[in-house]
Amino acid sequence: MIRDALLFQLGYNATLVTLGAMLLGMAAGVGGTFLFLRKRALVSDAISHATLPGVGLAFMVMVAFGGDGRNLIGLLGGAAVSAALGLLGVAWLASRTRLAEDAAIGAVLSVFFGFGVVLLTMIQTMSAGQQAGLEGFLLGSTAGMLRSDAMIIAGAAALTLGLVLALRRPLTLAAFDPGFAASTGLNVARTDLAMMGLVLAVTVVGLKIVGLILIVALLIIPPVTARFWTERTDHVVVLSGVFGGGAAYLGAAFSAALPDLPTGPIIVLVGFAIFAVSLLLAPQRGVLSAVLRHRMFQRRVHLRQGLLALAQGQPIYEPLTLRLLRREGLALPDGVATPAGRARAGKALLDETRWQLVRQDPSFEAAAAHYDGLTPIETVLTVDQLDEIDQRLPQPHEVSRP
Amino acid sequence: MGLELAVSDGQAMDDHAARMQSPLAIRGMTVSYGQKPAIFSVDMTVAPGAMTAIIGPNGAGKSTLLKAALGIIAPLAGQTLVFGQPIRRQRHKIAYVPQRASVDWDFPTRVLDVVMMGLFPQLGLLRRVRAPHRAKALACLARVGMESFASRQIGQLSGGQQQRVFLARALAQEAQLYLLDEPFAGVDAATEKAIINVLKSLRDAGKTVVAVHHDLSTVSEYFDHVFMINTRKIAEGPLAEAFTERTLQETYGGRLAGAQMDQIGRALAAR
Repeated sequence: MIRDALLFQLGYNATLVTLGAMLLGMAAGVGGTFLFLRKRALVSDAISHATLPGVGLAFMVMVAFGGDGRNLIGLLGGAAVSAALGLLGVAWLASRTRLAEDAAIGAVLSVFFGFGVVLLTMIQTMSAGQQAGLEGFLLGSTAGMLRSDAMIIAGAAALTLGLVLALRRPLTLAAFDPGFAASTGLNVARTDLAMMGLVLAVTVVGLKIVGLILIVALLIIPPVTARFWTERTDHVVVLSGVFGGGAAYLGAAFSAALPDLPTGPIIVLVGFAIFAVSLLLAPQRGVLSAVLRHRMFQRRVHLRQGLLALAQGQPIYEPLTLRLLRREGLALPDGVATPAGRARAGKALLDETRWQLVRQDPSFEAAAAHYDGLTPIETVLTVDQLDEIDQRLPQPHEVSRP
Repeated sequence: MGLELAVSDGQAMDDHAARMQSPLAIRGMTVSYGQKPAIFSVDMTVAPGAMTAIIGPNGAGKSTLLKAALGIIAPLAGQTLVFGQPIRRQRHKIAYVPQRASVDWDFPTRVLDVVMMGLFPQLGLLRRVRAPHRAKALACLARVGMESFASRQIGQLSGGQQQRVFLARALAQEAQLYLLDEPFAGVDAATEKAIINVLKSLRDAGKTVVAVHHDLSTVSEYFDHVFMINTRKIAEGPLAEAFTERTLQETYGGRLAGAQMDQIGRALAAR
């Protein structure tokens, strides 16, 4: 069953829903990247919670005019309007009052959400006979989704994705250096508004699949995950789209195969699994590699210090240093250097002396930047440069006695 | 202001002509954070092809003046002309170097990417980055001695290196007017020398350089014009006219210590 879902074998509708979820995940990951880089990730929480009263009011209005309250376009339209009001509320509170943005987010989020829950409860009591199914907007539900709904979601997600990619340069500039961005004539406030608008679009489109409580996760987890793997903005954007799309695809497929599971939480859990793996295993910024790198570095430092101490005939007290020297066959248990140890010690001392000379000379500034007390100098300087440095080495045999 | 009423029409005509030709002419610039003005009705007419230092005590509004002139912060009043025209049509002639501390250096971007940002205005939204663009960015890095750092993450740089990367980005903009906010703040001696050499080469190529500067002892060595400000404009012009003991006292009030005054006195004498 799960295999069928993953391979799009559950029929046309389920396939469409899965594809729609995947596009949504990509759009959310890519759009969320700029929110994350601009350090405004929590704004998306306010936007998503502010959609709820819009959903309720749209349902009531459509029923009052004798229509079908469950029309997706109508519901999403209502969600967009109230989310935009919530967003403007946050922006207004943050810029016109002394409230900080996080406080403004908290206030707007809770008030809008509370109002929305009241509306939903009223709708439930009113329409006791017919199922309104609005609870699906809280946690996401693909069960019973119409083919046209899936098409709308897929189309809107694709459009949003395209818009974010088209605006990537101004969005990057505004996120990294708003002052410089403004000096080139970029309207930073309008760029921020465009970014929020795109996030709002992703949120509204994602309501039906992921639900308003968890859409935030789809906006934030993928970029944070991507950041573990790269130091380049464009790569964060692409990876975030891949992670978001992948999590949404897997999550939607699982929940299509096991209809009792809500779609949103499954997608978020898959996203979290990718995050957890990245946190642990990413090569540069991952936790494991950081621990390993630290251990390796510590060992190299100890070894180097031990060799320098041997070269200068100083005693070695640190047990770790002694242990490392012994294991490498460079010193005997009593701390006396072996022939191999003496050779390595002499080399280490020469290296250190050469580095001192390089670091004193401003013309070697670029090379001196590589100094960390461990890097062998011949990996940084050319043979000619080494010769030049060696001319300046102190020449012990030429020292004359007074 | 009363004096201005008394000057002849001829003087007013000269002022007008100077403003129209100036790379950066600011009129009546007023900015306030809250109720207290940070700068009040400041006029500035930057001399073309010169290196001008904006000096004044902490909180005097030096950075604010630049930011307001560029529209980075909204002024209460005031207008900016760039080569005689409103700034919004002249953005491509300006390169701005913000304070180094104003950005997050853990941002996921490499040195070369930062320099490429200087090319964004000419790349527009969608044009692809091609080999010539990359070559140009690398050449700008070379001018500040940072080409071997091109693929480093910016967080791995020292303060001085970060400042040089910012300068390289400004060079990539190929502007006529370079505005720098405290380019020498917290940088090492080698960087300070590298930056001042690049700025002097820009001036020698006919560009105009304006820098917020805080080290009074190097003003006469590095710059040929000064603009002195303490909320209001105090003095403006070539060093010999504007950078005097009287204007310094007026700008800094009683806040210059005796030792500082001696140091500046020597700098003035060496001028």
